[in-house]
Amino acid sequence: MKRLRGALLGIAGIVLLGVLWEGYKALAPAIGVKIGAITVLPRTSDAAMPHLATMLQRALDPVTAAAGSPPLWTAVLQASLFTVSIAAVSWVVGVIVGFLIATLMQRFRTAESALLPWVVLSQTVPLIALAPLVKRWGSLVHFGAFDWQDWMSVALIASYLAFFPVSIGALRGFASPEPAHLDLMRAYGVGWWRTYLRLRVPASVPYLVPALRLAAANAVIGTVVAEVSIGLSGGVGRMIIEFAQTGSSDPAKQWAPIFGAVLVGLVAAGAVALLGLALHKYRRNEVTA
Amino acid sequence: MSESSAELAVSVAEVGKVFPARKGGGVSALEAVSVDIAAGEFVSLIGPSGCGKSTLMRLVADLDSPSSGTITVFGKSARQARRDQDYGIAFQQAGLLPWRTVRENIELPLQLHGVGKAARRARASELIELVGLGDFGDRHPDQLSGGMQQRVAIARSLAESPRLLLMDEPFGALDEMTRERMQTELARLRAETGAAVVFVTHSIPEAVYLSDRVVVMSPRPGRIVQVLDMKLGGAEDRTDALREDAHFFERVSAVREALHGDPASAARARGAETR
Ligand SMILES: Nc1ncnc2c1ncn2[C@@H]1O[C@H](COP(=O)(O)OP(=O)(O)O)[C@@H](O)[C@H]1O
Ligand SMILES: [Mg+2]
Repeated sequence: MKRLRGALLGIAGIVLLGVLWEGYKALAPAIGVKIGAITVLPRTSDAAMPHLATMLQRALDPVTAAAGSPPLWTAVLQASLFTVSIAAVSWVVGVIVGFLIATLMQRFRTAESALLPWVVLSQTVPLIALAPLVKRWGSLVHFGAFDWQDWMSVALIASYLAFFPVSIGALRGFASPEPAHLDLMRAYGVGWWRTYLRLRVPASVPYLVPALRLAAANAVIGTVVAEVSIGLSGGVGRMIIEFAQTGSSDPAKQWAPIFGAVLVGLVAAGAVALLGLALHKYRRNEVTA
Repeated sequence: MSESSAELAVSVAEVGKVFPARKGGGVSALEAVSVDIAAGEFVSLIGPSGCGKSTLMRLVADLDSPSSGTITVFGKSARQARRDQDYGIAFQQAGLLPWRTVRENIELPLQLHGVGKAARRARASELIELVGLGDFGDRHPDQLSGGMQQRVAIARSLAESPRLLLMDEPFGALDEMTRERMQTELARLRAETGAAVVFVTHSIPEAVYLSDRVVVMSPRPGRIVQVLDMKLGGAEDRTDALREDAHFFERVSAVREALHGDPASAARARGAETR
């Protein structure tokens, strides 16, 4: 019942957004709203704000006029799939690394005092801005048949953004069992490992689920942005830039990959929500599900 | 090992416990506490809150170590007894793992100690019957009342058939009706298992109803004021009728007097309260 209401509200939100778009386009002046020389609200011309129907129509047409060009929407879907795959890899790597770091910090006090400041500081280094460097470092990596690929640089940057919330969330979760539960484990005479496995890990789930959600958002944003700064083609990030360049002649086209990026975000959020449902038995005493 | 120490479940000798305090010095929670508990004996620790009942129980359980004196459990050090799983334990807060069902909670100690799945299941079913939770095996703790949760905690403490049960105000959070029913059931369980019990409470009738002996303690520092024999018969005599018995009331008064009656100790207790 609650889930149905959520879905209905979601749909209502999308419809409202569409109504706002078309309503603003119909009512606001074509040159937008200016205060002095500053435009505070966008222009409503067809070049700046195409009709929703135009965008949809454009998505069904081929990508280019060249013969055999596939419909735009399939190209966007393919690019979205490419991006979501990289984001998924980044998420998995980030979650594993974050979980391991948190485990290390939970196991050894010294590791916590040594690592935690670096974990926090890590997020002040904008690795995305260093994308060309990452690409260069990557190109130096060879062993055996293994060669560093550009998509790996993208995944590295995205997982760098994803691991942070997981390490912090898991660390808090591992520390969350009540003293009485820890006493109980001690009374059972079990050591760190079994206490970790049977008590700390399950108890961390309520802290972990929001962290996994954040990690997914970070992985998606990281992937899309890193695609652009690394210059990796094939994903929606790159496609947004490419199509924007043809914006003046074909204004509706550039909206398709933007919707693709939104789709990637929704898929990621949906996947984590499913994971949260699968873990529901560990979340029984969460107030809000 | 001597004959007599082999029969002892717990032996506490001249035990003191000082907790380090923030401003130097320390809080003396227990001082020169000595008490022996025989195998199969039910002993209650009673006293005003803060008198060190929980501390004493935690020392016996080796959840904390004494500052002075020695504790032996079944003739071994408290640490060894903990390692050997010689006791079962239950606290005021049932302390069930919320993600585990009733059955899985009861199986927890067995699982941690590597008991196989089938044996675990069989034992859990047995215990679920024993504590009267027949239909609730697959429920989660949040679906149970406080009394039922406490039954699960007791079943869990019995899982490995310990010869010693340590219980820290297990019925402290229950309403009076539930509490009396649980007391009757605990008396029955104890008769069936023959385990020695160290039972912390601050209810006088509860202590009298359940115990062979009641240890009365005074606060700051925690000391044993008096040890009273209840002489209310064996475990099989702890029926509801006992609660109406004249001898029962006589023992309740005796414990109450030991707690408040003695003017010197009463003055000490008041002094401690107002400090
Ligand atoms: N971990 C601790 N650190 C410091 N003081 C403690 C600690 N545990 C108990 N105490 C102190 O020891 C005294 C006895 O506590 P406790 O054994 O819990 O009493 P009771 O169970 O009889 O109410 C109290 O004054 C309490 O403040
Ligand atoms: Mg206490």
